[in-house]
Amino acid sequence: MFWQQMVNGITLGSTYALIALGYTLIFGVLNIVNMAHGEIFMFGAFVGLILATKFNIGIFGALLGAMVAGAVLGYLMERLALRPLRRRKVSELAPLISTIGVSIFLESLALRLFGPQAQSFPGVYSTQLFEIGGLKISAVQILILAISFGLMLVLRFWLSKTQLGKSIRATAENIETANLLGVDTQKIIVLTVMLASALGGGAGVLVGLAFNAIEPTMGITMGFKGLAVLILGGLGNITGAMVGGLLLGVAEVFSVAYGVSSYRDAVAFGLIIVLLFLRPQGLFGSQEQQGGR
Amino acid sequence: MVRISKNMRKNWVVCSLIVVMMIILGGCGSSEKPANQGGTSAGGTAKLGVVSYLTGAGAAYGESIRHGLELSRDEINSKGKVKLELIFEDSKGEKNEAINAVNKLIHKDDVLSILGPTLSGEMFAVGPIVNQEGVPIMGTSLTVEGITEIGDYVFRNSLPEFAAIPQSIKKAKEKFNLKKVAVMYSDNNDLGVSGFKIFQKSLKEQGIEIIAIETFADKNTDFSAQLTKIATLNPDAVVVAGLYQEGALILKKAREIGITVPIIGNNGFNSPQLIKSAGSAADGAIVASPWYPGKDDVKVKEFIAAYKAKYNKEPDQFAAQAYDALQIMAIAIEKSGSTTDRKKLRDTLATIKDYSGVTGKFSFDEKRNPAMDVTVLVVKDGQFTELK
Repeated sequence: MFWQQMVNGITLGSTYALIALGYTLIFGVLNIVNMAHGEIFMFGAFVGLILATKFNIGIFGALLGAMVAGAVLGYLMERLALRPLRRRKVSELAPLISTIGVSIFLESLALRLFGPQAQSFPGVYSTQLFEIGGLKISAVQILILAISFGLMLVLRFWLSKTQLGKSIRATAENIETANLLGVDTQKIIVLTVMLASALGGGAGVLVGLAFNAIEPTMGITMGFKGLAVLILGGLGNITGAMVGGLLLGVAEVFSVAYGVSSYRDAVAFGLIIVLLFLRPQGLFGSQEQQGGR
Repeated sequence: MVRISKNMRKNWVVCSLIVVMMIILGGCGSSEKPANQGGTSAGGTAKLGVVSYLTGAGAAYGESIRHGLELSRDEINSKGKVKLELIFEDSKGEKNEAINAVNKLIHKDDVLSILGPTLSGEMFAVGPIVNQEGVPIMGTSLTVEGITEIGDYVFRNSLPEFAAIPQSIKKAKEKFNLKKVAVMYSDNNDLGVSGFKIFQKSLKEQGIEIIAIETFADKNTDFSAQLTKIATLNPDAVVVAGLYQEGALILKKAREIGITVPIIGNNGFNSPQLIKSAGSAADGAIVASPWYPGKDDVKVKEFIAAYKAKYNKEPDQFAAQAYDALQIMAIAIEKSGSTTDRKKLRDTLATIKDYSGVTGKFSFDEKRNPAMDVTVLVVKDGQFTELK
């Protein structure tokens, strides 16, 4: 049972990690906790679902479509809810509130468009089971794991090695200096928000596949878990988001498996509190350079 | 953007979280107006308020309830004996929203009576207020113990769990020779917790051993940890107390990891949506219900046909109970002969006996709870059928 529960925990954890990646990117560059990320994630799930059921384009097509939808939503959010505030140099809290507004708007919109019922992907995608030495692993579990680790590696490489990635990091470091050095920070910010939202949209499809429940309020709980992981891993740190997500997922599953299921969240979040006592900057956050960017 | 020091950033995150919490907890406040007796309305139309869970996670229940009520209202109005006007208020499944809604209905709209709210927890919050104002209130979906004990003006036409659950356990034991079962329940939902307690009691009475108790929460989507644990214990059945959304996911996951035994649910399982969401995994799910769509009864068939024609989907238990509730209300209003006298309506409601509705023969007992028959259903080939 131990290894089976480990597989369960890693699957759950990698979905948390996927969501936390999007938070981390936006926080890293803009210093904003994007409260609408959970809802963009939910919209991605619905777009993927519609593409898969109505247009029958297969799971990778659905994933791609959801990512495009996420990016479009991210762009709109940046133009309509973040940029106007940035121009006016308002209080640091204003963008947070405006993303909360976006999240409430998107949730209500989804209720109108898709209805309140939980829906799920057709069974073909999720029922393929592999048996490896007594362990039951579904194709979806492997897919989630592969995609989230794949994305993490690509992101890391992209941020550290490419011209665009360097511009993003420069913008994250100091927006004014980056501007002086000829980086088009406006463009970089839009790009980052779109990228993070595309990740969120893709995560929506994967989570929908794994847990079979896509509904308009799914973003809230997942969003909070993602936030917790963001803080646990170290603000703005990509490796931290991955490791933190996996840790939270495994901790939750094991507190059910070897403890009492009522304390699932209490154990998992208690663990976060203890870890933060020991490392206030988060698992991978460095003391000197905030967020390890 | 100005450069911010490290400390300020930290403070900023803390502040953000505080703001988020405030927004989540906020939204309180209610308008107070002196109570006045008797709903006023023009032209002999009775104004009824409805408090329902219309948006949010449980909006599916609210939607069924609203459909059932609207269908019922249109039929009653077309018959012409009494005219009803329904005023819908959304509680979002939250207690404070429900309180605001009843305050508005009583003080601003001056309604004769109120139907709802959807969740038992909401009724525990609004019941005392409504009862004190002397407004009759009838729950159409409340199954927890202790609802009508709130006061003399509180009614319900939904069968309480303590009447339904023992029947399903008894029937399942006879049929499947149950000796040991695993129990799962939603621990953040009044229905789940009360269902669990009643399951526990009736399992004990039937001499069935509980080998594991696992909990989950509403809106959870991952049940693999609990079910993996249960699978290793090899129970004769799994007992689940919760709502259908989680129920369907539990059924799917359980079948996926190889749990093939019957899964006995509480009232939350009693919805076509359970089968729709869980698909073939729903086979073997057992639930006791006053509402049985396959019943050989003209009223039931007519109701299903009318509902399907209007909303293009199958009615569930919530729609059926809401439909009956308004019919009962209409009978009481007609009998009381007044569309404004709340006290008279209460007294007449309490005497309703042997009404035959889509959920079977119905009477209020002396505690304003329904006395009605129960059918134990099992899902077979994607259909609710009677467990014999």
